[in-house]
Amino acid sequence: MNRVKRTLAPYLLVLPGGLWLLLFFIVPMAAMVSLSLQQGDVINGYRFTGHWQTYVDAITDYRVQLIRSLVYGLIATIILIVMSFPMAYWIAFHGGKRKSTYLFLILLPFFVSFVLRTISWRQLLTDDGVLLHPLKEAGLLSPGFHILGTPSAVIFGLVYNSLPFMVLPIYVALERIDPRVLEAARDLYAKPPTVFRKVVLPLALPGVFAGVLMTFVPASADYVNSQVLGSSSTTMIGQVIQAQYLANSNYPMASALSFMLMAVLLVGVFAYARALGTEDVMNAAAR
Amino acid sequence: MTTSTLTPPATAPAPVRPRRRVRITGAGVMFTYTWLIILWLVLPIFVMILFGFNDPKGRFNQTWQGFTFKWYKDVFAIHELTSALWLSLVIAVVSSLIAGAIGTGIGYALGRYQFRGSGGLNLLLFATMASPELVMGASLLSLFVSLNSGLGASTIVIGHVLFSISFVSTVVRARVITLDRSIEEAAADLGANAWTTFWKVTFPIILPAVFSGVLLAFALSIDDFVVTNFISGNATTFPLYIWGATRVGLPPQVNVMGTLIFATGVLIAVVSNLRSRAKSKQD
Repeated sequence: MNRVKRTLAPYLLVLPGGLWLLLFFIVPMAAMVSLSLQQGDVINGYRFTGHWQTYVDAITDYRVQLIRSLVYGLIATIILIVMSFPMAYWIAFHGGKRKSTYLFLILLPFFVSFVLRTISWRQLLTDDGVLLHPLKEAGLLSPGFHILGTPSAVIFGLVYNSLPFMVLPIYVALERIDPRVLEAARDLYAKPPTVFRKVVLPLALPGVFAGVLMTFVPASADYVNSQVLGSSSTTMIGQVIQAQYLANSNYPMASALSFMLMAVLLVGVFAYARALGTEDVMNAAAR
Repeated sequence: MTTSTLTPPATAPAPVRPRRRVRITGAGVMFTYTWLIILWLVLPIFVMILFGFNDPKGRFNQTWQGFTFKWYKDVFAIHELTSALWLSLVIAVVSSLIAGAIGTGIGYALGRYQFRGSGGLNLLLFATMASPELVMGASLLSLFVSLNSGLGASTIVIGHVLFSISFVSTVVRARVITLDRSIEEAAADLGANAWTTFWKVTFPIILPAVFSGVLLAFALSIDDFVVTNFISGNATTFPLYIWGATRVGLPPQVNVMGTLIFATGVLIAVVSNLRSRAKSKQD
């Protein structure tokens, strides 16, 4: 009896959460795929017709936005790695007693609503705002110079909102490195660049990978930054999906686009996680 | 002996000094770099706090026009804004408690037992974490549309619990894995049954992890915009209100509420950090 109870215990513990994930993650994904193959409209209802044409239309009409999203996500991710690595390195190896203070400061923006932060940046970057206006007055920038509405502004927003998600996993990976390993490398006459390249970098890579995962996916699927800081020439696929769902109620098209976005991202993510193991990535994410 | 540690012995090899100076300069550059990025990260927060004290003449709270406390006095003057904040709080409490309960179940099971299907469950949790919020919101909307069910506070809770489960269970699992099993064995040796052992011994040990999981879920819920925007129907949460209000001009009360939420969050974080530090000193 006791043994039966014990073997049943994990299933009972997992049951409510597992059901939630099944009902509200797996089933909705299936509903989305099914909706993408349906035809009809909001008033008369949708019928499943196996209409593949929606996918063809989605690619012909919104190829540009889809590719643009992936490109912006990629550029933002590269900038994030370059920006975050030195900072994470310095905090991990030279932060001393203040390490947790630095980490706390990096997380500070998360105590402010994400939408509000992004709007705050629009306020700062606007043509006659507190940042650009003085520079224009001083003649350092031409009067016609503007940031808002350009691809740079959108990528800037993506980098800003993702930075902690890149710094933290890299920091965690670097922090785990035993200082004695570095000493050993030095004792074997490795010069600092060699120590970095042969010891630090390989050990930091899982952190970088976790960071890439946590920044590239949300950045590519973003629609807040591109809407608040961008213009019609910087439209990303997220904006299209949002508009097709919520403004046009073109559910089949919106579903087809979301499914394609998810397929592109998740195929990459899973290939990546298979190569590296999911545990590290999840632990880094939950910190 | 103390003097020798304070002043380097005269025989110290000469080449050490310049090398050291170079290293200090490098560290100085890094120090400045790190602080510049931190400054960049908090700049919008300064703007938010500052413009809560602004006295704008028109509808748009964009340029500095004078100092005032009146928005702090009238912080609840805009009914829609207050009810949006209230709705956000209610949804965050409800969904973080649900996610805390069912996420702890998963986290405990994964950390403690080896069972059939745990690999698939891990994969599923990872998928919910790795799939973009946009797709999560879109697929939930697809489900609700297909079911022809209404949208509102309850559908928002469904979505928020969904994206919080994986975070709660990851935090709890990490704690359960590092649990010292000999404490439970000791309890069993002293005649406690499995039920008593769990509630009197195991649960108090994992409680801090459960608590931080719930707090994480609360924070994720109260700030969520993307998923909420898809499945809210006519319900308006705090982030949705801000989003809607930007077109017509954001009232300064938004900045005040943002500042108050920020201050509360920072206070909670600092206090809990100090407490855990004091506790670790005690141990």
